[in-house]
Amino acid sequence: MTATAPTRDVTPAVHRSGGRRRRAAILRNVLLTAGALVIIYPVLWLVVASFTPENAIFSNPLAMPTELVWDNYAEGWNGTGRPFGVYVINSLIVCGGAVIGNILTCSMAAYAFARLTFPLKKVAFAVMLATIMLPAQVLLIPQFSLFRTLGWVDSYLPLIVPKFLAVDAFFIFLMVQFLRGIPLQIDEAARIDGCGPIATYWRVLLPLMSPALVTTAIFTFIWTYDDFFGQLIYVSSPSKFTVSLGLRAFLDSTGASAYGALLAMSVVAIVPALVIFILFQRRLVAGLTTSGIKG
Amino acid sequence: MLAPWLIGLVVLTAGPMAVSLFLSFTDYDLLSDPEWVGTANYERMLTDPRLATSAVTTLIFVIVSVPLKLAIALAVALAVKRGARAMGAYRAAYYLPSLLGASVAVAILWRFVFGADGIVNALLEPLGIATRSWISDPSTALGTLIALSVWQFGAPMVIFLAGLLQIPEELGEAAALDGAGRVRSFFAVTLPLLTPIVFFNLVLEVINSFQTFTPAFIVSGGTGAPADRTLLYSLYLYIEAFTKFRMGYASAMAWLLLLVIAAITALMFLGARKWVHYGDEETK
Repeated sequence: MTATAPTRDVTPAVHRSGGRRRRAAILRNVLLTAGALVIIYPVLWLVVASFTPENAIFSNPLAMPTELVWDNYAEGWNGTGRPFGVYVINSLIVCGGAVIGNILTCSMAAYAFARLTFPLKKVAFAVMLATIMLPAQVLLIPQFSLFRTLGWVDSYLPLIVPKFLAVDAFFIFLMVQFLRGIPLQIDEAARIDGCGPIATYWRVLLPLMSPALVTTAIFTFIWTYDDFFGQLIYVSSPSKFTVSLGLRAFLDSTGASAYGALLAMSVVAIVPALVIFILFQRRLVAGLTTSGIKG
Repeated sequence: MLAPWLIGLVVLTAGPMAVSLFLSFTDYDLLSDPEWVGTANYERMLTDPRLATSAVTTLIFVIVSVPLKLAIALAVALAVKRGARAMGAYRAAYYLPSLLGASVAVAILWRFVFGADGIVNALLEPLGIATRSWISDPSTALGTLIALSVWQFGAPMVIFLAGLLQIPEELGEAAALDGAGRVRSFFAVTLPLLTPIVFFNLVLEVINSFQTFTPAFIVSGGTGAPADRTLLYSLYLYIEAFTKFRMGYASAMAWLLLLVIAAITALMFLGARKWVHYGDEETK
């Protein structure tokens, strides 16, 4: 996985004079900026509206507010009868478990596929790729029934344990692609130094895989955080609600009346994903652009 | 090393697939044992008007949103590919909706954007276009879900970008020296080289679009309202399984979805031979 190639404009000037070229560049920047503003406008509006007094939000949705207030946050924080922070913590617990599970077991599987030999390896690899495309709905009811039999319903186990069984094959594939870019001589050197397969994986290759592991961690976090369906069917006690469920409960209980508070809590809900995005923006986009497209 | 994956495959994938196929031939409410009913679930699907509605709704959703999303993604990827430092900021801005898009918060935001008092109406009113609640008007409700999906064009855009950056600059230069303009050079050089990425994105987006759930659930309050116009297939499946506890019927629905997705994917792969050019192949 190489970093994104430099993107400097190297178009030859054969056909265009400097002036035309500059004008074209300016026009493109104006259009791109306008486009970007249109795209992020709803999110900006959400943030501004959440600080606007409730009666002013809809009087003129396009105007900038004359005063910014915290009332919506104060009202929304306990809007479902318990602090919204509880949902944030619950979500972080689920995400933390999912991230650890995916990093550990997907990398193990990827190591096996990329480096070890075992019977039916090609078939297993094809099966693994096929599971990426499998619609989750087909597995939904038997899995639910299984977790119910195990007594795991209304806990986070159905959301976390599958990640420790490497079910997110997409990440296995991503890591296999990455491992294929690491020279085999490194394994060879480790073997000569007395490392068995497990030590080679754990002490040598895993540290070298860190870019792929970070990409996996970020996406696992965001997808688990944003997930609604799994949390909706498996978690039912309000004290265990995640952000997705807490927000939906808020919408159901007060949605028709407390717009301001609902918008404020929506902002709280997107903050963790936003923070991750801002911290890892470069790596996220680079990681995606270089992962396994040539499959 | 492979043990966790292998256990997961057997216990959480292969096993459930087999069980789900079995359940699709039974009557099962989760509490009592499944009862064999033969092909009754599949026969019922043929005559279930809500299933037909949700299938048509989902097809419209996929057929409209996927090409639109990919076209915008490609156009923007081409625009942000060249040039200077600011491109990173543009990429981030265009990618942002993909990051938040599937969340409940954004689905709630969408209710406000397209609601009776929302931003869209505030923009359209001065233009003299009749305002309405786009979310609760049956003729526009699905459109708002399509808009939400297209809004998230950032993910395929990033993948297009990766593909574009792998195309050697010299090819464009050679085309320019041969007198090809920007447009001609795009269709003659860039697009053919990009077809594997277009195909990859197409398959990915089609499969994902068929399974869209959260926005339909939040926008409609979990019912598919108004008049079942936002009753995407996954939402109907959820309603049958977890509010009506018709798990057998829902399993049959899931298998129909699997077969449809598999058939469409197979067709896409067959069709791909005609238009996807891989590097090692002679180009005309």
